[in-house]
Amino acid sequence: MPQQSQQRRKFLKTAAATSAALAFPYIRTSFAAGSLSVAFWDHWVPGANNTLTKLCQDWGKKEKVDVKIDYITSQGNKDQLTIVAEAQARSGHDILQHPAWFAQTYAKQLEPVDDVMNPLIKKYGKVASAAEFLAKSKGHWIAVPAVTGTQVKPPLLRLDLFKKVGIDILEMYPVNKPETKAAANWNWDTMLAAGEKLKKEGHPIGLGLGQTTDSIDWVGAMFHSFGADLVNEKGDILVKKNDAVKQVLEYAQRLVKVMPQDVFAWDDASNNKYIISGQGSMIMNPPSAYAVAKRDNPTVAKELYEIPYPTGPKGRFAGYLPYLWGTWAFSKNKSAAKSLLSHLLQRESVEQLVTASIGYDVPSFESMRDFKIWEKVEPPVGVVYHYPPRKDQTTWVACAPAPASMAQQMYTQAIMTKMIARCTTGGDSIAKTIDWAASELEGYQRS
Amino acid sequence: MAAVIPAPQAVARKHGGLQRFARRKSTVAFLMALPLIVLIAALVVYPTFYAIYLAMLNKSLERFVGFSNFTFLFTRETFWMVVKQSCIFAISAVIFKALIGFCVAHFVHNVPAKGQRKWRGMLLIPWVIPPAMSTLGWFWLFDPSYSAFNWIFVRLGIPSVTWLGDGNWARFSVILVNVWYGAPFFLIMYLAALKSVPEQLYEAAAIDGANWWQKIWYVTLPMMRNIISITVLFSLIVTFANFDIVRILTAGGPIDKTHVFATWAFLVGIQGGDIALGAAVSLFMFPILAVAAYFILRDISRRGNEA
Repeated sequence: MPQQSQQRRKFLKTAAATSAALAFPYIRTSFAAGSLSVAFWDHWVPGANNTLTKLCQDWGKKEKVDVKIDYITSQGNKDQLTIVAEAQARSGHDILQHPAWFAQTYAKQLEPVDDVMNPLIKKYGKVASAAEFLAKSKGHWIAVPAVTGTQVKPPLLRLDLFKKVGIDILEMYPVNKPETKAAANWNWDTMLAAGEKLKKEGHPIGLGLGQTTDSIDWVGAMFHSFGADLVNEKGDILVKKNDAVKQVLEYAQRLVKVMPQDVFAWDDASNNKYIISGQGSMIMNPPSAYAVAKRDNPTVAKELYEIPYPTGPKGRFAGYLPYLWGTWAFSKNKSAAKSLLSHLLQRESVEQLVTASIGYDVPSFESMRDFKIWEKVEPPVGVVYHYPPRKDQTTWVACAPAPASMAQQMYTQAIMTKMIARCTTGGDSIAKTIDWAASELEGYQRS
Repeated sequence: MAAVIPAPQAVARKHGGLQRFARRKSTVAFLMALPLIVLIAALVVYPTFYAIYLAMLNKSLERFVGFSNFTFLFTRETFWMVVKQSCIFAISAVIFKALIGFCVAHFVHNVPAKGQRKWRGMLLIPWVIPPAMSTLGWFWLFDPSYSAFNWIFVRLGIPSVTWLGDGNWARFSVILVNVWYGAPFFLIMYLAALKSVPEQLYEAAAIDGANWWQKIWYVTLPMMRNIISITVLFSLIVTFANFDIVRILTAGGPIDKTHVFATWAFLVGIQGGDIALGAAVSLFMFPILAVAAYFILRDISRRGNEA
């Protein structure tokens, strides 16, 4: 990694050339280059934090910067509370990790990082469209797509149970190889048909419909793959005008019948428990459930397999939950912060982080979705090979393309899963559900 | 320039005044309460006024908008659902806590003194465990897929219940946990009140031929009225402002059917990025509780004057 590793001086040189207006260069004095306070998401994978710490410390030693790292858990929304508190106090960490829509909400208080992202894009190519959507405001990068925590929530299913109902998953998605032509048949109807049979077998599929991210993310991807966007990029409410909304709700009504009744109360742990227990045949989740199954129920683990999302009338979209690393405009050490961000997004750093997370973290640079770790994890061999979105699968963040001011409310209020709940167990008709959603969305339009 | 020397008598008078001032009971009381006053000012008064200030700003906190956040809330269906649910949650939980506390206090009061301490200790356990922890325990009991209750039900041939997945059951569950957590507070307060009722009153009632129910109605309840009112008021405030139980058990779901003011304010303000509206939601608790406090305290004050 010696050559590729972005040196801070090299970075400053590039930055100075691209952005003369910024307060560069960062001057290293004989008595070290100050300190940098950073807060990252507390990774659930044991050891993943250590790799990130080491990367930061190595950078700090080289650049004579004293790096102080806090790992903040997302349990109890502590990460979100930290963001809000620091934004209110206008004081806090120099680098802070933002989940999904938060960077957009605090865009005005974040330091533009075009000088970090543009050279990286030049070097590594395109960033996932969903990450770009969340990390850019008014044409400027306001944060960089983080490596740690960024995930997709694709189907994690049981090979043996699907085979039992006549679907050979490996025929569509072979071990450590790109998908075959047969994968074109992997659509929402195929999944529903399989779900009906699996319910009869006593192993229903279980796709969360609660109000936490696991539920919101896959439902957001499903809505979009039907073309059922509720709001457009201008903030216009489409829910009543868009026929696809009715279609996706009709589909959801059929889907709910083949799943456990309690999916509406599921949190992000419920679906994991469901598949690990051996009761369920499929959930929508990153490989975290697999990793726990490997420890707690190896018999189930050796039958698990991650595959891409089913395709819908508008395409194949992967429910995506990106994290972003941002620097506050009030940060006292912006240039050092940017230098560290650039260092962390170098391919070598990213590969170390993804490997440490056993392939859980998904890099936002599409060129970095070829790391060996996704081939190595087993058993079964290739269990997470198809986890990172490639080829015809587009990452999609729930509630896009709505403007951030609306989308954050839509996301946190879980409007789409609530719509499904209303028109199924809630007893409302689809028309009434759509009216309710339109009224809610009007409320989110306030500025 | 000659210095002006105060007359010895004047100095003595001044010192005497200071000493008298310092010796006054009210002064001592004030000084002793000062740290608490400062603490309350810093942690309650300042945040309250800051919340009022925030509630009068627009979504991006850049513009003063007066009361428009409050009027906006009046137009939202979910807000009225939250008002209704907060009232159902707080009132029903307080009624059950008071009833259970009252009954159990009587049982414990009648336990011989020797074993009473053990019972008091055991019955206080739900109240002394941090609610976030005990609620997690309840969450596992209600777990959507692995509910311990459902496990028993299935073995008894009773259909399993979607405790947290159905709106009505979820409401029942959050109220149940709140009652479980809060009833010991009522128990201990009522037990203390029961112990202060003079035994002679019961003896006199017995001589007059009062039965068990009449003793409770004409002796116990009138003697406990003030403590009942204060306990109910205190519990109403705490229950109305409850956050942890609902947040951990249901996070307000399903379909917002268990949201109370605090959880909805958190969702809208912190998670939804609309601090101003979140502050406005949380402030709605204040007038509701102020009205309740006014009537309850007025009642207590009237009875005090009658006495």
